[in-house]
Amino acid sequence: MAKDAIGLALSALNRLAGSSMLDRLGMRHTAERLAYRLTKGGFQVITTSARAFKSGTPSDKPERLDAPGHTTGLFDLGITDEQQMIRDSVRAFASDILQANAEQADAEQRTGDAVLGQARELGLNFFAVPETLGGAAAERSTVTSMLVAEELARGDMGQAVAILAPMGVANALTRWGSALQQDKYLPSFADENAPLATIAVCEPRPLFDPMTPRTTATRDGDDWLISGEKSLVPLAAEAELFLIAAATDDGPAVFIVEGGSNGLSAGEDPAMGIRASGQRPLLLDKVRVPAANRLGDDDFNYREFIDLGTLAWCTLAIGTAQAVLDYVVPYCNERKAFGEPISHRQAVAFMIADIAIELDAMRMLTYRAVCRAEQGKPFQRETHLARTLVKDKAMQIGTDGVQLLGGHGFTHEYPVERWYRDLRAVGVAFGGLHL
Amino acid sequence: MNIEIPKKFKPVINNARQVALNTFRPISRKYDRAEHQRPKELDMVASVLDGFNEGDPANSAGASQTGKGKVQQDGGVKNGANMMTCLGALEFCYGDTGFLLAMPRQGLGNAAIAAVASDEQLQRFKGKWAAMAITEPGAGSDSAAIRTTAKEDGDHYLLNGEKIYVTSGERADCVVVWASVDPKLGRAAIKSFVVEWGTPGMELARLEKKLGIRASDTAAINFSDCRVPKENLLGNPEVDTQGFGGVMETFDNTRPLVACFALGVARASLERTRELLDDAINYDYSKPVDNASAAEAELYRMEAEWESAYWLAMKAAWMADNKQSNSVEASISKAKAGRVGNYITLKCVELAGSVGYTEDELLEKWARDSKILDIFEGTQQIQKLIIARRVLGLTSKELK
Repeated sequence: MAKDAIGLALSALNRLAGSSMLDRLGMRHTAERLAYRLTKGGFQVITTSARAFKSGTPSDKPERLDAPGHTTGLFDLGITDEQQMIRDSVRAFASDILQANAEQADAEQRTGDAVLGQARELGLNFFAVPETLGGAAAERSTVTSMLVAEELARGDMGQAVAILAPMGVANALTRWGSALQQDKYLPSFADENAPLATIAVCEPRPLFDPMTPRTTATRDGDDWLISGEKSLVPLAAEAELFLIAAATDDGPAVFIVEGGSNGLSAGEDPAMGIRASGQRPLLLDKVRVPAANRLGDDDFNYREFIDLGTLAWCTLAIGTAQAVLDYVVPYCNERKAFGEPISHRQAVAFMIADIAIELDAMRMLTYRAVCRAEQGKPFQRETHLARTLVKDKAMQIGTDGVQLLGGHGFTHEYPVERWYRDLRAVGVAFGGLHL
Repeated sequence: MNIEIPKKFKPVINNARQVALNTFRPISRKYDRAEHQRPKELDMVASVLDGFNEGDPANSAGASQTGKGKVQQDGGVKNGANMMTCLGALEFCYGDTGFLLAMPRQGLGNAAIAAVASDEQLQRFKGKWAAMAITEPGAGSDSAAIRTTAKEDGDHYLLNGEKIYVTSGERADCVVVWASVDPKLGRAAIKSFVVEWGTPGMELARLEKKLGIRASDTAAINFSDCRVPKENLLGNPEVDTQGFGGVMETFDNTRPLVACFALGVARASLERTRELLDDAINYDYSKPVDNASAAEAELYRMEAEWESAYWLAMKAAWMADNKQSNSVEASISKAKAGRVGNYITLKCVELAGSVGYTEDELLEKWARDSKILDIFEGTQQIQKLIIARRVLGLTSKELK
């Protein structure tokens, strides 16, 4: 087969790689990086444009959901009967379907269409879309979204991200969208054939701060031109609708971009974990969107937009950490060493006690921030504290999970190594989701 | 779901904080230096607390209120005495942990009496300050290994043994003593007895010199043929395994309380350290923690740990208020707050440098005070055993 441009470039790079010149010049790392980026660009796919979103007759003002009426001023960790029902059905789905498909989805780096279809049948999107726009949401339900996310991640974090990304876009449009944006995009999410959608915030550089994206949006007449590179974007190759964070002259903002837009393409850069999420880099080269597609009305709050994504990641960490605990308990009770189950040793049992302690600690901080968000109270500080705690404790639980299984834990025969890889995402990922 | 402190607790929190800042803090250093000297300033505070307990239990914050409160019959959620006691105690320890422990008539013995005494006993011991004597030289965490004996002798029990680590043991009016009516029968035979000072055969052996909480005296007490009236036995005199369980249940209510002691002293350290570092740090929760300076990141981490421990304690207390079984949650809250409180107070000394290490500031004192809170009322390790046994479904024989 004739070599294409990339093939030629690769063979040239291979010759270069063998030479000692690179080392003498101190250029080896740069060259390796170059080789990688070349292929990364080479496998670029254009984004999907399967759907035409149509405007109807927008109302005068956007639909906004009120804080739920069922909470009193009292401290209460109880959930409503409806939330219990939703949690039970999502838990069953997660343990029956997501767990069973987790290994395959991780290997294939995508969540199967059948799984996405079954998830859709749970009707989760309905709870993200207001009643007036065809959904079932009568009041803000951030806590319910959290309970759903936790249960899904208890089944499998990677597939949970793929399932939750579209719901996150619907949540964000409900919370922040203008009347026009809601009218054009939201009803389709309550459709049987709801669009795949995702949120792009993260960018590929160390110490990334979501408040200062380097992806830029500049005005060009009545349009915005967006350029930059996003990373860890779930469903990037499949999504029909994107919410993309970019810097503008008046601060960071979010733009609604339809799949298939000129200049919008998804690269390839497989990650350590959450592989089933279908995450990819998203490349934006002067992507043109109309001015009306800047997300939000006067009440848009970029900080809260980011924080509601961060809280979703904290919630996923809780679910997956719970999966680790669920798994190591029977394992350590059954695995024998020196004539008795290893759980009979304090060195093992205390690690499990610590998992239980810190898992509950993660829950309390995350739940609190989410409750405040639902009730319309400030939650920036609470989110910051939740993320600060959760990313460390979740990773500790991930690494202890592998440790408890010893050599077994290091192999793909057991799920703990996947949870280890998935849990690292929580300290890294921004966006992708929105409670 | 709602994770906030209800408005109705604001007055009790505020009252306790006023006592902490205006009564406790100014004399904190004085009694840290003058170990074994009774802080007479506490008598007034204790009277105020008595008044609260008497007339308005809903607004008091003494240990004698733990475990009380009934669930509303309408099935509604309750925020009651356990939560409130925890919140009040947290504020007092924000002032000074030693003083809270030394508070007249608020001893752990009072909590035990409140939890298991008959109506007649409640009446008879009303207004008495009761200390709690469990630990022995040979039995600490392993309270089933208690060697102090109580032998029936007509209308009395004869107590023989040595008790140590009795908080306010000398200052109190009486001591609730754990003793075995038959050492061969193990924990089932352990009963608690109210022994009043002045009973012949009860003798103060010494007062300990300690690392911290020096304002709170810690007594060693010897019992030799000490005759205690039979009607001073708390609970059921029959030997049965239920009895010990009942005693241990007291801890389900007091562990979140001790967790709040740790949270109180830790908040004092954290708050003072933030003040001392104010010039160096812009504390705004805006950047991801890894983008902050090392000191700032450390403060965020400590605050996150503190908050998580705080809400775990509220969870355990809330469960007690709503009559939900909370053994694991009580242990989780104690384990978490115990280690977090100790970590924070020590780290704050480190961050403040020599300013934190010397006696001009209270940071070094708080770092000494906090250590006991990861030890008494069940050490870190005992809490982990309780949690692990429950999570793993193992007995104490399987997981020793």
